[in-house]
Amino acid sequence: MVGGPLIGLLGTVLQEGAEHAGEFVPFLPAWMILLPFIGFVINGLVAYTAPERRKLVSVVGPGVLGLAFLIAAINLVLIAGVHDAEPVVRSYWTWIQVGQLRIDAALQIDQLSLIMALVVTCVSFIIHIYSIGYMGEDPGYARFFAYLNLFVFFMLVLVLAANFPLMFVGWEGVGLCSYLLIGFWFTQPAKAEAGQKAFIVNRIGDFGFLVAMFMLFAYLGTLDYQSVFALAPSGFAYGGAAVTVITLFLFLGCTGKSAQIPLYVWLPDAMHGPTPVSALIHAATMVTAGVYLVARSSVLFALAPLSMNVVAIIGGVTALFAGTIAIQQYDIKRVIAYSTISQLGYMFLAVGVGAFTAGIFHLGTHAFFKALLFLASGAAIHAMHHALHHAGEDASEDASQDMRNMGGLRSYVPTTFRTAWIASLALAGVFPLAGFFSKDEIIWSVGARGQTALWIVAVITALLTAGYITRWLVMVFYGQSRVSDKARQYLHAAPWVMAGALVVLALGSVVTGWINVPEALPLLPEFTWLHHFLHPAFAQAEHIIVEHVGEAAHVAPFGGGEGTWAIASTVAAVLVIAVVFQALKDKKYLPASESAEPTGIAGLLYHKYYVDELYDLVIVRPFKRLCVFSWRFIDQGIIDGALVNGSAYATRFGGWVLSRFQTGYIGTYVLVIVLGVLIILGAVTL
Amino acid sequence: MTMLEESLALSGVLFSVGVVGVLMRRNAIVMFMSIELMLNAVNLSFVALSRNVGIEGQLFVMFVMTVAAAEAAIGLAIIISIFRHYESVDIRKFRLLRW
Amino acid sequence: MSQLVFYLFAVLAVASSVLMITRKNPVYSAMFLVLTLFSLAAIYVLLNAHFLAALQVVVYAGAIMVLFLFVIMLLNLGHDVEPDVRPLIAWVFGGGLGLVLLAEVVVALRSTEAVADIDLLSVWFQEKGAVAGVAEPLFRTQLVAVEVAGLLLLVAMVGAVVLAKRKS
Repeated sequence: MVGGPLIGLLGTVLQEGAEHAGEFVPFLPAWMILLPFIGFVINGLVAYTAPERRKLVSVVGPGVLGLAFLIAAINLVLIAGVHDAEPVVRSYWTWIQVGQLRIDAALQIDQLSLIMALVVTCVSFIIHIYSIGYMGEDPGYARFFAYLNLFVFFMLVLVLAANFPLMFVGWEGVGLCSYLLIGFWFTQPAKAEAGQKAFIVNRIGDFGFLVAMFMLFAYLGTLDYQSVFALAPSGFAYGGAAVTVITLFLFLGCTGKSAQIPLYVWLPDAMHGPTPVSALIHAATMVTAGVYLVARSSVLFALAPLSMNVVAIIGGVTALFAGTIAIQQYDIKRVIAYSTISQLGYMFLAVGVGAFTAGIFHLGTHAFFKALLFLASGAAIHAMHHALHHAGEDASEDASQDMRNMGGLRSYVPTTFRTAWIASLALAGVFPLAGFFSKDEIIWSVGARGQTALWIVAVITALLTAGYITRWLVMVFYGQSRVSDKARQYLHAAPWVMAGALVVLALGSVVTGWINVPEALPLLPEFTWLHHFLHPAFAQAEHIIVEHVGEAAHVAPFGGGEGTWAIASTVAAVLVIAVVFQALKDKKYLPASESAEPTGIAGLLYHKYYVDELYDLVIVRPFKRLCVFSWRFIDQGIIDGALVNGSAYATRFGGWVLSRFQTGYIGTYVLVIVLGVLIILGAVTL
Repeated sequence: MTMLEESLALSGVLFSVGVVGVLMRRNAIVMFMSIELMLNAVNLSFVALSRNVGIEGQLFVMFVMTVAAAEAAIGLAIIISIFRHYESVDIRKFRLLRW
Repeated sequence: MSQLVFYLFAVLAVASSVLMITRKNPVYSAMFLVLTLFSLAAIYVLLNAHFLAALQVVVYAGAIMVLFLFVIMLLNLGHDVEPDVRPLIAWVFGGGLGLVLLAEVVVALRSTEAVADIDLLSVWFQEKGAVAGVAEPLFRTQLVAVEVAGLLLLVAMVGAVVLAKRKS
């Protein structure tokens, strides 16, 4: 209850005191990155040489992150104390220097990067603790923590970078770690394929990022954030083709990394990875990199209103699209995966209409309750798997993760149950939990900028969200247990490391909303700390938007102020929850092995609108045919056959032909000499 | 007695005959003799022209003869060696340098 | 008068050379070559190269051709000679090449500038005499060449002996 206001209080106090100090001096910024890397090295060495030394890994893995979190927190407090602090760029060495291009290995410490770093380190730390319990019996324990640490390292590089190429290093690095971690149990083909799918689809997005970087350099001659954003307003015409194309390519990268239409298809498959991975990478951190990119490049996007529209539309459509799929999924993690895609859509919707702070706000709150939802799923799966295994039943992933096999778990995993409720309410946007504040702000901002259609989409999606998460809750925790009697006796609660992590995240899901309470809400003290904190980061972009588009309105599309709609949304969410709960709590589900596959509209949703199949048909298969063609015809046939072997053959043939001249017969030689003389004489005399 | 044109013509004819002989005959010794004929044709040319050019023409002929002699000696010695191996001087038989 | 003699010997030379290249028996070919050489010697006389004519007879016809005949006899090629004559078509082709060569030589000669017709030789030989006229420039200005020629002959002699020796 006091967490949110406490930070603000501390900040204000420091503000008063440090106003005379003037400048923000970062505290050991490079160590935020170095610590996870050191963790990776140590854990990697252990994994390589002595994988059974778990104690060391259990200390080093989360430990480095705890320290990194502390450093991030200290820096945040420091920077909060300085009013409108300027970004500090620390350059460590010159990485690339070619002609006009100069890229340093440099970190930019400012409000936006620190907020991101804080979220990343905090949630990572908690999930690392959780993993001690969840992966406790896995033979690849050390390798897991090594990869996890490596991931956090790259993620921090991504958010703390001071220029686009270094961010891209982090961007690629988290993609790599995602691949490694999704396919962690690579001996199972489906999981290895899921990792591959993630990496390949991401790559398409990366191409977009690269093209955008090339163009940026071509137009502005630099890739440092400071320089680019300073030069952009004058270097690009407002709404011009150049900046629009650049930002659209950047957004292509975002659709890949942050799983928006059309490149979202990898995220549901990524659920093949261990649950902590799903929680960390595919909920809280990596997938938010796209939102961060757009927020960081707010100036560029502000200069390209068309791109911002594209971002908002895709964000909104994806949110609705994913929400509809989520209501008909039976895998416990897939529901949450599609929910993540949907919520990411909200974030893009926010930054697409120019509400950058709202987007980052939702990023932060979502990290907590989504991670919590995943970890709760993990606890449930952990219990199910254990139970099924000991009962001698099918304990495969399909069986232990299918919600039709669960039910009534609330008496067996109480902590998980309660924290899952908190997370669900936060996701649905019920006051006073975190999701309420952030999601409402987004919906309000969309409406206030006059985007009526998108506003309706956002509202409908919010109701859908409440619906599918309630269904999720009911199927897992309520109703008659579909776990067999034999297995039921083996169901046990989560160990304290896991339960503890769940509790901490639940706490976060509650309080993180309070860092930004808008004034319009009745009864509550205004505390718009986040807005003020992030103001310097987005000031330039907001100025451009106001200049060209005008101020945001204060009335929603269908009348009523912010307060009115906030209350209305909470009430609506609660209503939906109640209705769905009532409808489903007594429904008799059949266990997965006995259930028929859904048909009709439900079938369409269950099969995710057959998008994967469509991609396979239209893109993958023709591409594979092209590859086979290139291989057989071009590579083997033309290059190997005609060019390489062919030229060798031609040379040999030419040699053979010429060798026929060596008859060894003097008569031939004499004839040739005479002919030569005749020719030369002829040439000279004639 | 300016026989210059006629002499040069005669020289050309003899030279051509020598070339035909080298081309046509398969007996190594006869080929060699045709080569000697060619040398003589050239000697005739030199001698014919020395009337207008000076004594150098005739001097050169002397050296040509010297060389021809040396060459004949060595060439015939080689043919003898080859004959010892092949039992014949038919050049169709000397095919070691074939491809 | 001398023109007539010249033509006589010219015809003789050509005829005997043609006969030389067409005989099956290499001994006959050698004989005809000797005849050709003699004709040439006569022509040398007509061309005011008396010493050379003598040299031609003594060295060429007398030594080199004798050497040839020795070798022919040594290799016992007189009797059973392999049929060595090519078919007629080959002779046509070869003859054609020869004619082309002749034609080119004629064209080449015709296109050169005419030489001023000054008889240097008569004066020369009148002053010095037939032998001295050749010997004096030889041993004066071309002395090095003479010595080298001598060396060449030495080498040829040694070479011939070495090459023709029967390996025991």
